[in-house]
Amino acid sequence: MPSSLRSLMPRDLRVKASLAVLIAMAGAALCVPLLASTPSTAIGDVLATRLVPPFSTDRLGHWHLLGTDAFGRDVFVRLWSAARVSLGVGLAGSLLGGTLGVALGAIAGWYGGWFDRLIGAVSDAMLAIPRLVLLLVIASLWGPGVESVVTVLALTGWMSIMRLVRAEVQGVAVLPYVEGARALGVASPRLLRAHVLPNALTSARVAMTLGVGNAMLLESGLSFLGLGVQPPAASWGNMIAGGREWLLVAPWIALSPGVLLVMTVVACTVLGDGLRLSRGASRTASRSPSPAA
Amino acid sequence: MPPIARRLVDALVLLWLVTSLTFLLIHLAPGDPAALLIAPSASADDVQRQRALLGLDAPLPLQYARWIGGVLRGDLGDSLVRSQPVLRIIGDAFPISLFLGGISLLISFVVGTALGMFQALRASRLADTTLTVLTTAAYAAPSFWLALALVVLATSGAAWLGLPGWLRLPAFGMYDPAASPDARRVADLLRHAVLPLLVLSVPGVAGVARYARQSLRDAADAPHVQTAMARGIPRGMAERRYILRNALTPLVVLAGLTLPGIIAGSVFVEQVFAWPGLGRTMVGAIAGRDYPVVLGLTLVYAAVVIGSNLAADVLLLRLDPRRRIR
Repeated sequence: MPSSLRSLMPRDLRVKASLAVLIAMAGAALCVPLLASTPSTAIGDVLATRLVPPFSTDRLGHWHLLGTDAFGRDVFVRLWSAARVSLGVGLAGSLLGGTLGVALGAIAGWYGGWFDRLIGAVSDAMLAIPRLVLLLVIASLWGPGVESVVTVLALTGWMSIMRLVRAEVQGVAVLPYVEGARALGVASPRLLRAHVLPNALTSARVAMTLGVGNAMLLESGLSFLGLGVQPPAASWGNMIAGGREWLLVAPWIALSPGVLLVMTVVACTVLGDGLRLSRGASRTASRSPSPAA
Repeated sequence: MPPIARRLVDALVLLWLVTSLTFLLIHLAPGDPAALLIAPSASADDVQRQRALLGLDAPLPLQYARWIGGVLRGDLGDSLVRSQPVLRIIGDAFPISLFLGGISLLISFVVGTALGMFQALRASRLADTTLTVLTTAAYAAPSFWLALALVVLATSGAAWLGLPGWLRLPAFGMYDPAASPDARRVADLLRHAVLPLLVLSVPGVAGVARYARQSLRDAADAPHVQTAMARGIPRGMAERRYILRNALTPLVVLAGLTLPGIIAGSVFVEQVFAWPGLGRTMVGAIAGRDYPVVLGLTLVYAAVVIGSNLAADVLLLRLDPRRRIR
């Protein structure tokens, strides 16, 4: 299709732009807390510094870009400390869940049989419960905290990736080059790892990218409800929760984390969409995938 | 087996799997299930009696059988905090969530499809790009944050803009406690419902619009549409007969699939706006360690999702005759 060449350029631009945004955010998350004059969890003279509006100075003479919260902590610095946690948890949760999904999907798709049916049944049952509800139930049973959130995100996020990889592995497994490799005597595990998986992972990669944004939203939701990252450790979600009681007096506390969260999730979504479309175009261009070396 | 009956059987099997999963969850959790299922304030004698009553000392398969039997009878246990049967608590909260969720689903489908249609068929390039950016952002916004942002707008923002009293929307709760009952109550309820419905619908509208746009674009690119246009069939008729009809089917399914998203959103919306629906009950039960209610609600949520998937499946079978051949 002639339109595919024309539309490839804007998609590539979207991938570059969203990647740039995400790298900038990660960079800021790493650098801003390091460059701050005081650590973001430090509480100094509360009465002199609390609830300062954005773009103004507190009574001690410090200027705050986004104001301060109820404990006098600078919101801008705290935002980027929270970014470390939120970005990290989103990335880790999605990667872990994705890895689990890939492993289970590859085995289920390749070997089939009772394992496939068992995994299918478990994943269907877990998919029937809305992911947030599942997260809430497991988080309430296992307790709050960062590690808990990452584990729970992984445990509730593997299902869709498992289904994708399973379908792709089944599709690739019947291709002639796999049959040829098997006829040459290549053992199953190596077949899977070296010949089948590299070509079966395209949609899984896209799903994992989109999954990072979703995982960040879920983590912020959990932290908002008090079941995720616990204060004084900052996460965008618990900053929004903390700002809730000051909503009508100092709305910047609750509203600024959300803006950054939206930006990050939009960047992840655009990146995932861009990856999906560019893969799709190149897939129709070359009909059969080539075996990896 | 006729396809609808087969779908029904699948749904029932799935429901049984979910029930088993919830049983597993409570028994796989760290700690003693008795600590989770018996009120912490109970005395030692009470704990013993409750253990015997709940059969927590019985072998696991027997406990499982009792749980399944209870679910079939509609007995989901008793709440630890409110000393009411779990089913009654769920029954009280369900209509409220149904009200919010149902209207939100309708709005999501109608407005989302209209938006997607506009973007795919009528919009200029600039309008399309702007709307795509907006829908992506709306889809990415966490509902609890959106709720708080709207509350600020509706209260402080409205005050700052000097809007008259009747235009300022109330932020929290279902009713104004001071309002008079009867007819005035309905109007009051609707005023209180505007903000929660808005927050619930925004991600739904955005999601449906994104999908509708893609789906309609794909349908419009199909060869039979180009043939129809080349043969001189007027644009409106071509759109209605060939594009919309084909794109409508997956959209209906999508509308059904947005339900889990609306359920998830309702947890936060009910929490922020203080509406006593299923979501708020869930959060309260978790905070109060009221695990019988938590498990019962999980089951109800799953049943709603399975039910809506079944309905979407059946609808799909009716709308798309190609699927009747299996």
